[in-house]
Amino acid sequence: MQKVDQKRRDFVSVAAKATAATVVAPGVFLQSVAQAAPRAEPVTDDVRYGLLIDTTKCADGCNDCVAACDQENGIDQLLKPEGASDALWEQQKPRWIRKVKVQDNLTGKQTDMPVMCQHCEHPPCVDVCPTGASFRREDGIVMVDRHTCIGCRYCMMACPYKARSFIHENVQSKTTVAPRGKGCVESCNLCVHRRDNGEKSTACQDACSEGAILFGDLKDPDSKISMALAEKSTVQLRADLKLNTGVRYSGI
Amino acid sequence: MKKILYREWGISGPQYWGLLAILGAVIAVAGFSALYMEHNGHWVTGMTNQVVWGTPHVFAIFLIVAASGALNVASIGSVFGQKMYKPLGRLSGLLAITLLVGGLLVLVLDLGQPSRLIVAMTTYNFKSIFAWNIYLYVGFLAIVAVYLFTMMERKMNPYSRAAGFFAFIWRLILTTGTGSIFGFLVARQGYDAALMAPMFIVMSFAYGLAVYLLVLMFTFKLEGRVLGDKIMGRLKNLLGVFVAAVFYFTAVYHLTNLYGTENHAYEAFILRDGGIYTQLFWASVIGGMLLPMGILFHPALGKSHGGVIGASVLVILGGLASMYVIVIAGQAFPMAMFPDKTIIETGFFDGVNGAAAGYIPSMAEFLLGIGGIAIALLATFVGIRLLRFLPMSLADEVVDPHHA
Repeated sequence: MQKVDQKRRDFVSVAAKATAATVVAPGVFLQSVAQAAPRAEPVTDDVRYGLLIDTTKCADGCNDCVAACDQENGIDQLLKPEGASDALWEQQKPRWIRKVKVQDNLTGKQTDMPVMCQHCEHPPCVDVCPTGASFRREDGIVMVDRHTCIGCRYCMMACPYKARSFIHENVQSKTTVAPRGKGCVESCNLCVHRRDNGEKSTACQDACSEGAILFGDLKDPDSKISMALAEKSTVQLRADLKLNTGVRYSGI
Repeated sequence: MKKILYREWGISGPQYWGLLAILGAVIAVAGFSALYMEHNGHWVTGMTNQVVWGTPHVFAIFLIVAASGALNVASIGSVFGQKMYKPLGRLSGLLAITLLVGGLLVLVLDLGQPSRLIVAMTTYNFKSIFAWNIYLYVGFLAIVAVYLFTMMERKMNPYSRAAGFFAFIWRLILTTGTGSIFGFLVARQGYDAALMAPMFIVMSFAYGLAVYLLVLMFTFKLEGRVLGDKIMGRLKNLLGVFVAAVFYFTAVYHLTNLYGTENHAYEAFILRDGGIYTQLFWASVIGGMLLPMGILFHPALGKSHGGVIGASVLVILGGLASMYVIVIAGQAFPMAMFPDKTIIETGFFDGVNGAAAGYIPSMAEFLLGIGGIAIALLATFVGIRLLRFLPMSLADEVVDPHHA
């Protein structure tokens, strides 16, 4: 009979236990942390978040909301890849919110406004996404699950507001609130991390000194945004598509 | 009509291996291109946040559309009972599979996250036509494989009509799905038309048959097998009719658009002011539809092999140009976000004063697309070398039931 190498058995046993602990423990730990935090509570449709943009207050030449969004969501941390042309890179880097100036074809009246994801009730991007990575939360926020986004960009084809961006390059640094990776699509998520932390505003609203951007709960009749909507005449962009957007504009 | 004999492709070893080496080299270059894009990210392509689908999609969609069309030849034989087409069925099925595989590979390698293909295979949103297409494509491969088996295994021959019928229905649904990728897009002026689905089906008829004719003539010529005038006459007339149908659908699509004022800007962009897109559009209509029709129905040119080769090449090039216009121009044209208003400033390329977005394809994108064609051809040549896909002869006395 062959002699049993006890030392070797002990080593294998310890190694197996150590491996199991290394693999399982972080999961258990994370699980417990996640459960402890209030953000683990399911989002409900008791609220519907949205924005009201008062274009009469939006200042010509001001870009504060864009800069604030870039900083909040780490978009300003993305650097132009070495060797990329400036002109092309401008069109390839992500943009969650942008300023647009339009002129009425009949009257010539000019209007400034920020445009971002309109957080539709019936979002075309969610309809077309093959994997369900593009999804709408119960609270009305439309966003991308970057774990299941395969980078097919069909949502970008489908969005009537050109609200989505594709990450064209390797990501060197990012914020913890807006993780991103090469080859995925992303867009404005109404600073979703702030929702989960119980904050009551978005970065763009905070940055707008003119008060042109108002964030709030569209379902709460006493919220500032609901009261403003009740008073003002507002429109949806591409209202003909009947998407029931969560972002409304006044003064257009 | 004599009994049809099928034999493996018997060209000489050096010819065969030489051919594979050339195609292999093209595929290797395409592989490196895909790796280069995947490693760096899409910034090395001409694609942007405005034009999100580039040249790889043009090739991929062309190949996928052509794949379903290549199956037509088999369908005409077994579903519609045209005896003359029966000997052509096996190659038709093989090309349907290889073209689809070539197209899908290009499509998958152009994903932002190609490594997450497993996610696409396991996580579905059934409201998405893309998700449906995954089933339609994979199902097509399986069904055509079974169809080929019923054609090639004598014991299974009685089932080939049923299999062929099923495959025919499936391919109609599949191309409807491919056309609907664009037809379902409400956001963009150039898409959002139910006509897209039947138009893609008719395009598939023409492109698939053009590819089929070229492969058939090339493989027969290289080995010295006989391709009779009767079969060529049938196939080239059929191609002419299919191309005429593509012309009809193209005309209806644009004339319908021209009737509605809301589409005038888009039509002006495609038909008159779109620069490269306008040039490609008219090149596809004149060079890819009218000219091949003229050749195919010309009393002398249409009967010559050179004429049919020329017409088929023109149909394919015209098809790629049409796809380029549909895919790229449809995105480059600015979205109608503010009706009755003109965008005069924007921080995100929304089309100031109605200007179209720019797109210059990079070499890597183009090479990846070409690689898809090379994969399809390589798989076809290996297939016909190893198995009996090709009939020994398609001479008039072999294929014509009424031949004296």
